[in-house]
Amino acid sequence: MTKSHSMVMLRRNFKHLARNPTSVFNAVLMPVVMMLMFVYMLGDAFSVGVDYVDYATPGMLLLAVCYGLGSTATAVNSDMTKGIINRFKVMDVSRGAVLTGHVIASVLTNVIAVGAVIGVAFALGFSPSASLLNWLGVAGMILLLGLAAGWITIALGMFAKSPETAGLASVPLIMLPFFSSAIVPAEKMGPGVRQFAEYQPFTPIIETMRGLLAGTPDTTDAVIAVAWCVAIALAGYLWARSLFKKRA
Amino acid sequence: MTTTTAISVSGLRKAYGNKVVLDGIDFEVRAGSIFSLLGPNGAGKTTTVNVLSTLMSADGGTVRVAGHDVAADAKAVRAAIGVTGQFAAVDELLTGQENLQLMVDLNGLSAADGKRTVAELLERFDLVEAAGKHTSTYSGGMRRKLDLAMTLVGNPKIIFLDEPTTGLDPRSRRTMWSIIRDLVADGVTIFLTTQYLEEADQLADRIAVLDNGRLVAQGTADELKRQIPGTHVRLRFGTAAQLDAAAGVFPDAARDDEGLALRVPSDAGTTSLRALLDRLDEHSLSAEEFSVHTPDLDDVFLALTGHTTEASK
Repeated sequence: MTKSHSMVMLRRNFKHLARNPTSVFNAVLMPVVMMLMFVYMLGDAFSVGVDYVDYATPGMLLLAVCYGLGSTATAVNSDMTKGIINRFKVMDVSRGAVLTGHVIASVLTNVIAVGAVIGVAFALGFSPSASLLNWLGVAGMILLLGLAAGWITIALGMFAKSPETAGLASVPLIMLPFFSSAIVPAEKMGPGVRQFAEYQPFTPIIETMRGLLAGTPDTTDAVIAVAWCVAIALAGYLWARSLFKKRA
Repeated sequence: MTTTTAISVSGLRKAYGNKVVLDGIDFEVRAGSIFSLLGPNGAGKTTTVNVLSTLMSADGGTVRVAGHDVAADAKAVRAAIGVTGQFAAVDELLTGQENLQLMVDLNGLSAADGKRTVAELLERFDLVEAAGKHTSTYSGGMRRKLDLAMTLVGNPKIIFLDEPTTGLDPRSRRTMWSIIRDLVADGVTIFLTTQYLEEADQLADRIAVLDNGRLVAQGTADELKRQIPGTHVRLRFGTAAQLDAAAGVFPDAARDDEGLALRVPSDAGTTSLRALLDRLDEHSLSAEEFSVHTPDLDDVFLALTGHTTEASK
């Protein structure tokens, strides 16, 4: 029953995405613009030891995931603040089904944005040395990140009082990549910011993808990255569940 | 618990923090009837619906809906009920037809049954033309109709309608009333909340008046009306002497000494009004102010609780 309800909810969310292409367009366009800005316009000014497009692409992939979250938070909040959620509750639709539908829609948006960024990267001269296995690792990392970011965003979206503030709730997740090794290596940053960048979850995630794309995966980074993602996903899931229960 | 009782509530209590919203209410709803919970904003109507429909847990008392305890057996209750809230619970990004299809899918109807159900409901609620349009373009009345249609997909035995006509224009209101009457004719039990006395009067077999979390009266519309002042004419005089004289002329009137006013029962028809004015004339009395009152929710409240509704303050 739960499984088929999840499918119904997923179909509903896909219809929403198709009806409101602006949100998908934004989620895809912004990372591509960032990519062009940093790599094509500013790229020559950064000296990071390797071709800048090769350095920046993993960070841009992460950015592509984060930009999709605003619409997820808003969509979840709209569901919760309008009457429709009570209808689902009274119909005994499991909380799992409603939320799973949103997570999968969010991850799907991520996949489209990531695909677009990778396409643009290649057009800008991206030349990874990743094997097929490394690419699968990158894909796995992105899906895991998408799930983690998706669950925490859904919880934030439910926590917010209105769709407008829900959109704001995702802003930290959009800002955080800039304070990581996405654009420049952490060791080039000022004190304080450097330590923050070194220890925040996005840095090991980016370093893991960077290693995989360069064909030289780093196990330590990967373990930390996976641990962060699993922890965030779990925390987001549990928080979302308890919020769903509370909000009548 | 007999088979003819659809809902039975006893000692229901609910508080938010230390604000008591429902302070021990009791009532029973007979299967196949319309029961109306009448009260002003903030009386606790929506909270009652939320508890009865399993959306909220009670702090005390027992609630049985369709023979099942709402706390112990919420699943069985949910299978038997449908709820249409105060704010239309439709998906605005979907069309009317897609909204109904969503309910069909969630209720697990077969494809053929689902298709027929959707077509029937669109037809019945006069939404065939609008079926392909996004519900965000619907009027308030159309939304409520779609909302109710969505509730009916699951074929509920008991339907909760929380202020189904609040904010609707008079025509949509009457359409909604006739839909509700048809539902009961099909054997459905309706639990209706409203802040309109007229609505409860028009529809309900039994009415319970809720005020500040307590039921202050229960009965048929006629029983309740006997407890409140009927249509009357209010005459305000300039002096106490005039009031005394007038009170002598109309022995069945009620005096309001503070306001120097007299409340004379009347049916508000022109014939009886003329007779009343003629009698004033005969005794050379003239009122400073003359007004006709028909009983409304405020009168019910004034009579039953001694205070007026929040809305009129």
